Amino acid sequence: MSRSTRFDTKKVNSELVTLTYGTLVAQMVKDLENPDDVSKQLDRIGYNMGIRLIEDYLSKTGSGRCLDLKDTADKIQTAFRMYLGVQPNVVNWSPAGDEFSFSLDSNPLTELVELPDDLKQLKYCNIICGAIRGALEMVQLDVQSWVVQDQLKGDPNTEIRVKFIRRLEDAMPAGED
Amino acid sequence: MVIYCIYIVSKSGGLIFNYDHNVPKVENERKFTYPLDIRLNYENKKVSVHFGQRDGINVGHVLTAVNGMPVTGRQLDDGRDAKDVLESKESYPLTLKFSRPKMTTNEKIFLASMFYPLFAIASQLSPEPKCSGIEVLKGDTFKLHCFQTLTGVKIMTVVDRNQIGAEVFLKRVYELYADYALKNPFYSLEMPIRCELFDTNLKAMLEQIDKSGIASI
Repeated sequence: MSRSTRFDTKKVNSELVTLTYGTLVAQMVKDLENPDDVSKQLDRIGYNMGIRLIEDYLSKTGSGRCLDLKDTADKIQTAFRMYLGVQPNVVNWSPAGDEFSFSLDSNPLTELVELPDDLKQLKYCNIICGAIRGALEMVQLDVQSWVVQDQLKGDPNTEIRVKFIRRLEDAMPAGED
Repeated sequence: MVIYCIYIVSKSGGLIFNYDHNVPKVENERKFTYPLDIRLNYENKKVSVHFGQRDGINVGHVLTAVNGMPVTGRQLDDGRDAKDVLESKESYPLTLKFSRPKMTTNEKIFLASMFYPLFAIASQLSPEPKCSGIEVLKGDTFKLHCFQTLTGVKIMTVVDRNQIGAEVFLKRVYELYADYALKNPFYSLEMPIRCELFDTNLKAMLEQIDKSGIASI
């Protein structure tokens, strides 16, 4: 049972993810009525996934602490490949180097999806933003993340923006601060 | 592979998991006549051997049974006080059973939370900046290995002094924690890990190690 084989055995068809996620969102749209609430809830679900998923990522990659945002972007890129099977491009760095975007040509979450007209303001992929925020918070990085462009809304690709806010010094575990 | 026990301490310093693995049980039973040739002492709610080590009954061992009747704290199961029984001449000869004291869950929680400040102090004592805390603590009979994840969870194991490869083992425990504790939707973070899948997988890994060594995982 070596490390690499365990990776492979857990691979599943991406359509399974697409469909399950679609069911979740559809159900939430039914339950909540207001698309903004749905977006908010998706972000919350993503956050809760992120704070758990980070341990999985760290235990499987054994990567160390990031000391600059470029490093962080690289690592999240790896995470995209691990968990969604896509490799986004890191683009649109802000001059201060504290903001960047992930640009996805194809997004497995939206593969089979069309948004009806009355749900145009729904942020369908908000779960990814939440996951990024949650995961980074666990490694003491406070960030903001939101969807700038969405293929579901006619944009050429999906763009997820990440903005660094601060390092959470007080949450730093002993031996690291 | 000699792994004595595994502890997981949460980010805030609470013990969230502990597991004892193949700690040999030391038990000795012997018939005693009046007067008792070992000195017993009552402390920490236990009757323990104070002086006079013999026949495998060592200083520090605690009294667990009198004439086959279990002793809880200093009280026999029939309600008599162990001290009274041991002091009265009429009750002899007595068969007393001694064993190595076992840590209670409370004591484990106490020790685990004590390690937390020790770890922090160690990282501050360092002459170099950016020092990790304690990674290995060595005693004459054991080695304690500690692995702190980037999120602040500490995974510790107590192993035999000559055991190598404990770091690899800790990383594997971390993987199991990420898989079977955190992916369980009914497990909430920072709470004690009561996930059967985690237990079974950990046990399976320990068995594998016992059979074919640390390199097999």
